[in-house]
Amino acid sequence: MEDNRKVVIELQNVKRYFQVGSETVKALRGVSFKIYEGEFVTIQGTSGSGKSTLLNQLGCLDTPTSGEYFLDGTPVRKMTKNQRAKLRNRKIGFVFQNYNLLPKTTAIENVELPLIYNNNFSAKQRREAAIKALQDVGLGDRLEHKSNQMSGGQMQRVAIARALVNNPTILLADEATGNLDTRTSFEMLVLFQKLHAEGHTIIFVTHNPEIAEYSSRNINLRDGMIREDTLNHNIKSAAEALAALPKPQDD
Amino acid sequence: MNILNLFKVAFKAVANNKMRSFLSMLGIIIGVAAVIVMMAIGQGSKESIRSELSTMGTNLLTIRPGADMRGGVRQDPSSMQTLKMEDYERIIAEKKLVTNVSPEVTSAGQVIYGNMNTNTTLYGESAEYLDIKQWVIEDGECFTEEDIKKSAKVCVVGKTIVDELFGEGADAIGKNIRFKSIPFRIVGVLKSKGYNSWGMDQDNVMIAPYTTVMKRVAAQTYFSSIVCSAITEELSDDAIDELTQILRQNHKIKDESGDSDDFTIRSQAEMMETMSSTMDTVTLILGVAAGFSLLVAGIGIMNIMLVSVTERTKEIGLRMALGATGLVISLQFFIESVLISLTGALIGVLIGVGIGDGLIPMMGMPSSVPFWSIALSFAVCTVIGVVFGYIPARKAANMDPIEAIRHE
Repeated sequence: MEDNRKVVIELQNVKRYFQVGSETVKALRGVSFKIYEGEFVTIQGTSGSGKSTLLNQLGCLDTPTSGEYFLDGTPVRKMTKNQRAKLRNRKIGFVFQNYNLLPKTTAIENVELPLIYNNNFSAKQRREAAIKALQDVGLGDRLEHKSNQMSGGQMQRVAIARALVNNPTILLADEATGNLDTRTSFEMLVLFQKLHAEGHTIIFVTHNPEIAEYSSRNINLRDGMIREDTLNHNIKSAAEALAALPKPQDD
Repeated sequence: MNILNLFKVAFKAVANNKMRSFLSMLGIIIGVAAVIVMMAIGQGSKESIRSELSTMGTNLLTIRPGADMRGGVRQDPSSMQTLKMEDYERIIAEKKLVTNVSPEVTSAGQVIYGNMNTNTTLYGESAEYLDIKQWVIEDGECFTEEDIKKSAKVCVVGKTIVDELFGEGADAIGKNIRFKSIPFRIVGVLKSKGYNSWGMDQDNVMIAPYTTVMKRVAAQTYFSSIVCSAITEELSDDAIDELTQILRQNHKIKDESGDSDDFTIRSQAEMMETMSSTMDTVTLILGVAAGFSLLVAGIGIMNIMLVSVTERTKEIGLRMALGATGLVISLQFFIESVLISLTGALIGVLIGVGIGDGLIPMMGMPSSVPFWSIALSFAVCTVIGVVFGYIPARKAANMDPIEAIRHE
């Protein structure tokens, strides 16, 4: 059954070594897996497990020391910096832990950002795509708000809209709930689950084991190797969890 | 990413940091304004001197005694007595490229009328002098050939003398004034020429027949100089050659090298060139001094841009992660520094033109902004933006997106 689905990510024995002084740090010691279209995968591990290095590989920000990484069928290892920049621009939607919005800039302008680096989009098309992405994440009424006028949750929604605006092959989230309170974190998970249901492929890198309960698959890293790769047949609903939370106290 | 988008991004970056952008522009603004004002003053002075000199007659040629060596000692030209009546007569007889000729004898002294007196210079000239120096008789007439023959004690005076001796607007024709106790009858009053650019009052003159001045005032048999006008300004050089030939023949000078000529001939055109080139040098020095301030301003921009790049490391990392190539990032900072420098140039030009074409002329000083100085300012500032934007832009472009985006 799995073979019928489209493979969007394939890692073949990916290793990544860093030379620090005279020592070689083996951040990834040979990682292989496939991710299929429409999966919601959490990559989970403690700090030092190699998950950041793996994220950089998946995000085409870095290339493997050996092994090969195929993104949507394209081998990445031998690509130049500029080729990878273009690949990121077209195929990857990044959501960062601390939102990384441009300061003093409106929601629309922030969301438009990836499309500025894509010549296929005119200014008008850019704006339309940005408005649609913002509506999809429930910020249709905050289009012209500047980043410093928004709450953490709103900023993260803008960041997610920005990741979606180029219609990416994969949505790559790095500790996307790390800076948010419990309630807002669940709101984000609701949004991710909604996007998953709409057919987006999501990779969510986190140190928090709880998040794995809401994804369809969990890859657990330890010391640069895969410790566990399990499918979750009992996906919890983030919406229910949110509803079960105690109501915010009003003074 | 097209260039228009890059401009928008750079413009926004400048607009988002108004205070900082303005401060880094300030150096450029002051530098450009200084360059333009300096150039305007240089150009203005040059033009004013030019027009000054041309009111004296651009085809004017002046023959002076001089350059004579006696026993290895170069003689003081004013004490030399080499320009004589024979030279004047010979020039009159043989001139082809010269129209008007006037010998010149001068004497400075007090002039008195009644209980009023003033100091002036008495010029002994021929009647043609007025045409040579482009003087116009406003009232009365010039002295005649007859007056010259008879060494008549008549004179033509400038406006200042009339004002000083008779009061403003008074009728001076026919009045007798005394120069060094010699009475002169005023036959004509000259139209005012005003002050020249050296601050000399050109109207403080008294012109009398040269014969009168030679015999009755200066008691000398030689001329201080001979002034003539060439047929046209362009023929000045040929006229000088002609006069040189005549005078050499007259003075029996065989040497063709010109070393032993006992006279020198200067043309007004030559004077103007000397003045212009002097002014050009002064303008250049002023301009270079102001230009250095632009260089310093450029370093200021580079400084600010480097800080800006460091401060925006995270933004650069984000843009790179979202698909900006190093080239695009470097262009963004490039355009930003050129934008700062050109906006500074624009404001500087406006201020410079305001001062150079508005304020300084209003204060009565000659000044005019030459167009090329504006073009030059923009060109220099573009170069400054590019040159000093290069290092910050390269620094930004070489960042590693992984490290940049985690930069705190």
